[in-house]
Amino acid sequence: MTPFLRRQRALADYTLAALARRRGKNLALVVIFSVIVFVVASAMLFSAALQREADLVLAEAPELIVQQLVLGRQDLIAETEIAKLTAIRGVTAAKGRLWGYFYDRISGANYTVMVPDDPAMMPEPGTVAVGEGIPRARGFTFAQAPLFLSRWPGELQKFAVARTFDSDSALVSSDLVLMAESDFRRFFEVPPGVYTDIAVSIRNPREIATIVEKATRAMPAARFVTRDDIARTYQKLFSWREGLLVALAGAAILAFAIFAAEKASGLSAEEAREIGVLKAIGWDSSDVIAMKLWEGALIAIGAFLIGTVAAYLHVFGTGAALFAPVLKGWSVIYPDFRLAPQIDGMQLTALFLITVVPYVAATLVPIWRAASADPDQIMR
Amino acid sequence: MKPAAGLRRSSVVFALIGALALMLALEVAHAAWRAPAEARRIAASAGLVRSLGLTDLALFTEARYARHPALADLHSAFQDNPMSFEHFPSGSFVPLPHALPASALGFSADEVSR
Repeated sequence: MTPFLRRQRALADYTLAALARRRGKNLALVVIFSVIVFVVASAMLFSAALQREADLVLAEAPELIVQQLVLGRQDLIAETEIAKLTAIRGVTAAKGRLWGYFYDRISGANYTVMVPDDPAMMPEPGTVAVGEGIPRARGFTFAQAPLFLSRWPGELQKFAVARTFDSDSALVSSDLVLMAESDFRRFFEVPPGVYTDIAVSIRNPREIATIVEKATRAMPAARFVTRDDIARTYQKLFSWREGLLVALAGAAILAFAIFAAEKASGLSAEEAREIGVLKAIGWDSSDVIAMKLWEGALIAIGAFLIGTVAAYLHVFGTGAALFAPVLKGWSVIYPDFRLAPQIDGMQLTALFLITVVPYVAATLVPIWRAASADPDQIMR
Repeated sequence: MKPAAGLRRSSVVFALIGALALMLALEVAHAAWRAPAEARRIAASAGLVRSLGLTDLALFTEARYARHPALADLHSAFQDNPMSFEHFPSGSFVPLPHALPASALGFSADEVSR
């Protein structure tokens, strides 16, 4: 070991011995610091992973959705509108979509009932394909249990469950009930010739704005939702949510900042005395500063590592178990999803810069003052 | 925290920090190791989105405007009762649409000038 390293090691030893003298206070500091890093890192990892998943998955959403608005609410749209859309140059296809919500009085859950767009996914009449949340909400006890849906008291319709989507796709399919078109129209009493909305396929994504403009002229009462609108909605949702979690942690962060500032910068009489003694027995100002730097760095880096490692385990190991009750709200069906683990170097660096660096910096200023003063003066 | 005989305090603490750093490195490696499988899973989900024509995540199922925030009515949170702002917990997580289009309210500059 070079003399420099040996010197630093001795300083670290001395710092740790000094920290051990005020063990309770310093342990509490590390614990609180770690919890703060844990909450902020969990929020960062969770929303970044959800955002990424939403971006990738919803990139396959229809290019354009056309809704009919009546009295400010969405209404069924007539089949005749499809021709107006396909007549626009650049539109490759326009298909009516049939979907809606069903409140299941038996389980108290909301289902999204849908007729799949792709004929290959279309269930046989009398059968349904369901998301993983539905057997859970209904408490199915055996694999081939049929799904009974009741629209009003005394009425019951039976559907055989042909397929259950696994939890790999839970984030998009958890509450889905897929039905054949004939079943859907009969069950919801939707007359032929109308749809919930229209999904439009567009050959060149750069033409979407022009096509929306033309379609608005042809269908002035309609509302157009583009794929970009969907992506923006989710971007906003996740940044809002992350902001909300950080804001909730804000009070804790503020309390910690006061605590840490008090601990790090307000030099107690005892510490000042210690520095005086060190200087009196021949320590250099730079030695004292290096010793205090070691103290700040050991506490901050330790807390940063504990918080980050625990946050990863929390978000990707337990599926963000601490956030789930908040996100779940009053929902009966909450998707049983696992997010793709991912650590973003930029985010980690940002977290390091906003936690470790200010703490170490806060320890420096008052020490500088004490270390450069006369030992006789600080010990007095 | 009395260090064991022959062991310096700094050795113990450096070992602990080293172990934590190693765990963080293992987590990064774990994320990288899982990436291909996760990419396949996400691609399968994306395929499902394409073949069913889905538009939203099934994250909040308690209210229809939270289940499909991208397709919700523009004023859906207020429609149940004039005085009710929002009563579903997830409403606090789902923000306003990114921009309320002026023309949807019938007051765009173009329409006025016409």
